Amino acid sequence: MRLPILAVAAALLTASAAPARAAEPIKVGAILSVTGPAAFLGSPEARTIQMLADDLNAKGGILGHKIELIIKDSGGSPEKAVSFAKQLMEEDKVLAIIGPSTSGETMQIKGLCEKGQTLLLSCAAAEVIVNPVAKWVFKTPQKDSDAVLKIFQHMKKTGVTKIGVLASNTGFGQAGKEQIEKLAPANGIQIAASETYDKAATDLTAEVTKMKAAGVQAILNWSIEPAQAIVIKNARQIGLKIPIYQSHGFGNIQYAKAAGAAAEGVIFPAGRLLVADVLPASNPQKKLLEAYKHEYQAKYKEDVSTFGGHGYDAFLLLTDAIRKAHSVDKNKVRDALEHLTGVVGTAGIFKLSPTDHNGLGIDAFELLTVKDGRFAVLAH
Amino acid sequence: MARELLVQYLIAGLTYGVIYAVVGIGFNIIYNATGIINFAQGEFVMLGGMIAVTLHGFLPLPAAIAGAVVLTMAVGALVEMLFIRWLVKPSVLRMIIITIGVSILLREAALLLWGNAVRALPYFTGNEVTSVGILGARVSPQVLWAVGVCLALVAAITAWFRWTSWGRQMRACAANRVAASLCGLPTRNLVTLSFVLSAGMGALAGCVVSPITQTQYSVGAGLAIKGFTVAILGGLGNSLAAVAAGLLLGVLESFSVSLLPTAYKDAISIAVLLLILFVRPTGLFAARLTSRV
Repeated sequence: MRLPILAVAAALLTASAAPARAAEPIKVGAILSVTGPAAFLGSPEARTIQMLADDLNAKGGILGHKIELIIKDSGGSPEKAVSFAKQLMEEDKVLAIIGPSTSGETMQIKGLCEKGQTLLLSCAAAEVIVNPVAKWVFKTPQKDSDAVLKIFQHMKKTGVTKIGVLASNTGFGQAGKEQIEKLAPANGIQIAASETYDKAATDLTAEVTKMKAAGVQAILNWSIEPAQAIVIKNARQIGLKIPIYQSHGFGNIQYAKAAGAAAEGVIFPAGRLLVADVLPASNPQKKLLEAYKHEYQAKYKEDVSTFGGHGYDAFLLLTDAIRKAHSVDKNKVRDALEHLTGVVGTAGIFKLSPTDHNGLGIDAFELLTVKDGRFAVLAH
Repeated sequence: MARELLVQYLIAGLTYGVIYAVVGIGFNIIYNATGIINFAQGEFVMLGGMIAVTLHGFLPLPAAIAGAVVLTMAVGALVEMLFIRWLVKPSVLRMIIITIGVSILLREAALLLWGNAVRALPYFTGNEVTSVGILGARVSPQVLWAVGVCLALVAAITAWFRWTSWGRQMRACAANRVAASLCGLPTRNLVTLSFVLSAGMGALAGCVVSPITQTQYSVGAGLAIKGFTVAILGGLGNSLAAVAAGLLLGVLESFSVSLLPTAYKDAISIAVLLLILFVRPTGLFAARLTSRV
């Protein structure tokens, strides 16, 4: 009889000896478009951070705390993102918010997070998210200006000077289009035709016909929707044989599959996750990329995509910052996050600073293509 | 504009047009039998495509399409029996809200069942890059399939309404339901039949266009809006007029892209819809609407 009582007493003692907070989980919110037109982004992101949080909690958590993930599905709607952001900050009092998945949603809640002094680690690509820098807002995907530059470099090398630009009417599409228009003159590229289409577009024959009429040497399409598969099909069907470039939004093998034979030869910039298995062993990202890829694919029985990787990086940066700050105080975590350098993530090696809340350079991109229905590194 | 570009735009327009037309006719069939607008029409198209893709996993293409059409017809019948049949003299507003509810139900069920992935049937002839030349323009053979099948559907449904006993009964039911039931027609079953037919048409159209447009659980709503525009444009209840209106709208949209930024494409179709509602609410081809039963 004495032993159990002693044990209970000991347990009580240790519990009261530790700070009361220690037992509390760290609440991390996530606003992701798990369903809806941007589900290609949000669904792998949600699965990835859930997997990482489960792994971490199984190992005992971080600084003695478990992570409590609160994932909200915005369905890609900025209105929902706003109300979820308010809810997460005011009711759940989360330490940080991961997401949203799309640039449009992120821009809607950027101001809210600044005002509420809550860390936002966006998984969306548009450069405007971190430029100009906002104190509490970070993002994990590579900059779209770097993606554009990477493409322009290749165009210059292959002698392409006159292009047609297509973009969807989303935050991602429009932010990319702005960068293209801004960077084209300095790179000697002339935009002969430019079109914005609806994100739910199901046929773009008329648009690519316009590109054909303008006599362009290449098409550059900027979107994250299924329409990017339709663009290439329609272009090939009307007999256009010119090179087609896509944004880093093409980094989901589903799009290449949806476009079938038409996807062959498409050129797009992306992080190295998609080609992890063919990277040289000396690449510092290889180990992490392969580990993530295998665990994700074994757990969810679907191909890994760069978008899930953006969720991975957001979770990684946040937990690294908590470790470095050795605290769960939001101000200390923010300061630590801002000074993280050399963090190997899926998108590249992060080097954050007070003036750079993204921390990735153009070398985070690799030009990829589709060969025999699979992603491959574009031969130089 | 060069001739080949002209033809290219025209064909693109006709492709959009036949898709709109088929959805528009679906609206008409049910409107004719019941006087309601079935906003779940676009979901029938979506279901047709999705079921066919799934069945194609283990069946040859023609069998998968046939299976998808039959299954979607069953869904159409089920929708009518569960939600519409037992209503006694429902108001139009109530019926519309019910069909909107059904469309949400079908959409969410599809999301649960198939997830959010984009799917497509393989091209019936050739593959994604095959194209044939028509007057200097290049088109995918699938476009010809879509136009052909949709036109055949329209011809079949028109003939059916005009020359078969069931078709005539359905038109009688549309003209005056009370009188039709007094004459001994099984009006309730005729209404179910109208849902079955319209679901079947939508499903077949969904299969034929799926290689071109791709299918996802959420495509129904957009299609329903365009189909509704076309049905109104042609004059509700008139299937042939819906075809003409569909082709007209498709070509209009396609040529608008050649002159204006694409962003105005949908604005143009909505503007046309509003204009018709203001100026000629009975539809473009209203003079021919007078029904003879």
